[in-house]
Amino acid sequence: MAILKAEKVTKQFGGLVAVHNLDFEIEEHAIASIIGPNGAGKTTFFNCITGFEKANNGQILFGGTPIQALRPDQISHLGISRTYQNIRLFGEMTALENILVGQHQNMHASWYASVAGTPGVRREEREALEEAQRLLQFVDLGGQGDLLARNLPYGGQRRLEIARALGSKPSLLLLDEPTAGMNPRETESMMHFIRRLRDELRITILLIEHQMRVVMGISEKVTVLDYGEKIAEGTTKEIQNNERVIEAYLGRGSTRTATARPAASVPSPSGG
Amino acid sequence: MHTSATERITDWAVWAFLWGFRILVLLIVVVGTIQSLRSGQYTSDQWIDFVVFGIARGSIYAVLALGYTMVYGILRMINFAHGDVFMAGAFAGYFVANGFSRTGFLERQPVVALLIAVLFAMLVSTTIAVVLERIAYRPLRAAPRLVPLISALGASFFIEYSFRGFFGPGVYAYPAVAPLAGEFNILGIGVLKMQALVVVAAVIMMAILYTIVMRTKIGKAMRAVSENKDVARLMGIDVDRTIVATFAIGAAMAGAGGVLFGLMFHQVNFLSGFVPGIKAFAAAVLGGIGNVVGAMVGGMVLGVFESVGPALFLGGVGIIRPYQLQDAIAYIMLVLVLLFRPSGILGERLSTKKA
Amino acid sequence: MTMTTADRRWRISDSIRIGLVGGIFAVYLCLIGIVEALGDRSVIEKLVSVGQTLLLLTAFGTGYFAAQQALAAGASRKTVTSLLASLLAGLGTGLLLGLLVLLGYLVNVRAVFINVSPALLDSLTLGLGISGVWLPVAVMAFVGLMGGVVRALPASVRSPLIVGLGAVVLGGLFSGLVRPPMIALKGTPEKVARFLMGPTGLTPWGAVIVFAVVAAIDITIFQASSPVRKSYRELPPNRRKIARGTLLVLAILMAIVLPRGSGPFIAQVVVLICLSALMGLGMNITLGFAGLLDLGFVAFFAVGAYTVGMLTSYGEFGLAHLPFWVVLPIAVLVAMLTGAFLGLPVLGIRGDYLAIATLGFGEVVRLLAGSDFLAPWLGGPQGVIGIQKPCLGWLGPFVGTDVPRVCHGIELGGPKEIYYLALICVLIVALVAIRLRDSRLGRAWMAIREDEDVAQGLGVNLIQTKLMAYVLGASFAGLSGAIFAVLVGSIFASSMQLLVSINVVAIVVVGGMGSIPGVIVGSLALIGLPEAFREFSAYRLLFYGAALIVVMIARPAGLWPSVITKRELHVDLDDETDPAASPSAASE
Repeated sequence: MAILKAEKVTKQFGGLVAVHNLDFEIEEHAIASIIGPNGAGKTTFFNCITGFEKANNGQILFGGTPIQALRPDQISHLGISRTYQNIRLFGEMTALENILVGQHQNMHASWYASVAGTPGVRREEREALEEAQRLLQFVDLGGQGDLLARNLPYGGQRRLEIARALGSKPSLLLLDEPTAGMNPRETESMMHFIRRLRDELRITILLIEHQMRVVMGISEKVTVLDYGEKIAEGTTKEIQNNERVIEAYLGRGSTRTATARPAASVPSPSGG
Repeated sequence: MHTSATERITDWAVWAFLWGFRILVLLIVVVGTIQSLRSGQYTSDQWIDFVVFGIARGSIYAVLALGYTMVYGILRMINFAHGDVFMAGAFAGYFVANGFSRTGFLERQPVVALLIAVLFAMLVSTTIAVVLERIAYRPLRAAPRLVPLISALGASFFIEYSFRGFFGPGVYAYPAVAPLAGEFNILGIGVLKMQALVVVAAVIMMAILYTIVMRTKIGKAMRAVSENKDVARLMGIDVDRTIVATFAIGAAMAGAGGVLFGLMFHQVNFLSGFVPGIKAFAAAVLGGIGNVVGAMVGGMVLGVFESVGPALFLGGVGIIRPYQLQDAIAYIMLVLVLLFRPSGILGERLSTKKA
Repeated sequence: MTMTTADRRWRISDSIRIGLVGGIFAVYLCLIGIVEALGDRSVIEKLVSVGQTLLLLTAFGTGYFAAQQALAAGASRKTVTSLLASLLAGLGTGLLLGLLVLLGYLVNVRAVFINVSPALLDSLTLGLGISGVWLPVAVMAFVGLMGGVVRALPASVRSPLIVGLGAVVLGGLFSGLVRPPMIALKGTPEKVARFLMGPTGLTPWGAVIVFAVVAAIDITIFQASSPVRKSYRELPPNRRKIARGTLLVLAILMAIVLPRGSGPFIAQVVVLICLSALMGLGMNITLGFAGLLDLGFVAFFAVGAYTVGMLTSYGEFGLAHLPFWVVLPIAVLVAMLTGAFLGLPVLGIRGDYLAIATLGFGEVVRLLAGSDFLAPWLGGPQGVIGIQKPCLGWLGPFVGTDVPRVCHGIELGGPKEIYYLALICVLIVALVAIRLRDSRLGRAWMAIREDEDVAQGLGVNLIQTKLMAYVLGASFAGLSGAIFAVLVGSIFASSMQLLVSINVVAIVVVGGMGSIPGVIVGSLALIGLPEAFREFSAYRLLFYGAALIVVMIARPAGLWPSVITKRELHVDLDDETDPAASPSAASE
């Protein structure tokens, strides 16, 4: 069953049509990718799903509920969480606190109960802290919980952002270029990690990615956007042989072309 | 289902408050105007005097507002100390004018004397603003937005109380300039010569500034930097120099405005700049911040409302001694604009996310 | 030392430039009148006045900095060059000061700058008149050189030297405050006080002793290699917690005992510190935690004060004649409602626009409170007078206007009694603030401060969360206002100036945004120091202004940054939770 379904979504900025009449679906527990040249409207589509931008037209259903009119915090409550293309952590807060903010919506302490320090609040805080520590371990940041987020190395920040998103217990996780700026080794472990998210935590994952190695290596479905429109959709194999896709990439002489290699060069997925 | 009860209540309360506020202000304006015009408490000549005085005061706000608008346009920062730079100009002008008045030069050559006073005031204000930019603002350019604002707040106090130290807490009385006393007729309306001078001088200054911004090389650089600092730098524009120039030009205007203020109100004190500064900022917001013409319009509108408002709106709804609440009119206008039309009268839509 | 590029080399002009900047500063100090105003107070009796000390410190700093710069620039013969640099810088400073003195004797500078008085000039030339113009030049050059000498010393000697000198200056400043109560105690304290301190400052022997003691303390405790530090670091975390707790308890005990032996003046000062700390803790929530700059904060203080005034006053404007203890929670509640009321409309406004909008609201509140329009209820410019003092016990009946109700029990009448009320409130509110900081709401505030959009994306309701910051911040300010009302016994609209809001911002910023101990430190430094130091009060706002700029540039985290305390806390936390967490793998 499709967990997220977008129907004829359009988003315009003035005269610029960033997303045009886009139909999109993702099955539960799937890993799907959206690719496309720079400015194809991928991040705008993410923003529409998460409520950061209001779509001008169309409908977005999450688990059957229309969400296009909701605020970002309401959408987050429904179980969609995301990361950002340019990492947006709470820099002056510690890594642990970043994750705790992620858990905000699943906690219930009122301010007066917190001030009174009721047993219920203390238990909730303790559990949240344990959960946060677990998540830190899960993203290989164990023992670095008291570092300020801005002091973490780049890869650590990327992973912390994912841990923060996981803190809200999402059923759908949107990753905006999770491997941007990573070296091949880091990329490899990020791919492995994304697979673990799906296999161990049973989370549906939708990612925007530029590195074809990653896209072809882990996605079960690929959607290609160009100028805000869907030009192709299918399995990795179908996409690699699609002429419009090749045209969209090669026709423009995109610098990313070099990475768009056949799947043969992708190492076989190791069991997660 | 996803909106909890408290959430709905807060949403509703925000909505109710905003509308209630709108309706209240509208009621005061409409009822007040009708009542006070009906009562005939003021003659039409008095109303005209209010308006003319408002325009004169508004033109000083406008001159000051230009400085706020230009700096905000470039740095997205409220230069809180701008009002105090204005006060410094008023002081500088005072000492020159007073000196000339003692030697009798002011009597003999009022035009030359005042011109020298204005130029000296501009020089002092510009110096202070440039030093300020170098010390208090430049090191903070990359800092989060609140940081330069607080620094500017500090700078404002620093300048005010330095001047209190230099010259004491007393009020200094500007010398009277004989040729500026009395009034003359324009289209049957009696206008004080002083007020006419202030308006004319302000309009000339604004015209010069407009030309600088739109026509000259440095003006183009300013507009480029305000659009995008990084791109401007790539295009070979010296961003630091452009910013300094912006501060300097704004401060020069403020310094001249300070002298006009002194001539019009005959007094200056170390706190003279604070309230006009805030009102000028309100004027800049009113006209649409970052917009040079908007600052002029905003200044005039604010000046007139402030001058007419207490008698027309507040007096009309039965508030006694409405002049005590004169300043409140400027603040309410400011809040109204920020709430309902943050882009101002002429402004383009401000992207608040441009933090 | 890198000497790769030519422009990194030390040049004479560098030192002269530093000297001239120092000179401009020295002249500035003279012109704003602080040198003369502090001329009667001595650091060391009959030797150096506080005013002169300021100038000497300027020269010292100039020399020190010039030497530092020369060393950093990689001069070839380091010591000699750095000493030369400091001498030049001191000379530059001295020359500008000398120029001021010369001008002062020749021209009537006083017609413009009112502080260039004969008294100032005499204090600079030690009474030699125009023939003594060389004196400030020579002294400043020498002190500049001394700055260079100190810089050239090894760090282990330099630190106690500087700390000791600083202590002598502070000791001189505060001797006027410490001496009278000690003398009042008679016996040994009186003898000690008379030996160490004269009526205006330290005695020469006192200065020597203060220097020696403080320098010794610096060596044994504060230097990184000192045994005390080392042993603290080696303590296990729970023992460290105990050590910190003990220090805290000691500080609280001192705060309790402090006004006992002192006069009403000190009691008044400490109450004001407490009230500022209360407001500061409130502002710390809106600004420090949630990052909302509210320049109309005084409105909540006013609401608290006026509520107490109107509901307890036995004067003309008293509405209900209730006892203070009943009104206190009402005042806090009304302040919270006002916070919601003023907060609702401005929540959508971001950043610096918010500051201006709230400033507007605050000013409107003040103008309305002081206007004749609302005078029938709020007393207008005359204010509300005759506020009933709090009574611990049973309050007699209301007998009529202008007659206070009789208190059968302990009346908290003077500042000394009200101090304890304020202190208890500060402790409670600080605890509340700490609990809030570590709560779900507190983290949501900080997330909003860091990145509003991302916080919202993580499920934080912006309107509600910001509103709570306003409401809770307002409640603390309202509490402060309520106590202020009973302290003074009357309220006037003129005490609700914008300055109050700015004071509070300054306290939070200087103390360290978001840091709760920082608020206390900020109140002590910004309210306590100027109050305790009367001559300084005219320069208080000057000092605020400078402090805001300097802190923003040099120490944006404030005097007592929240990050350090936070990290210490978390280190302790991790020690406890890590072993439990590490074996369990990630699971759902």
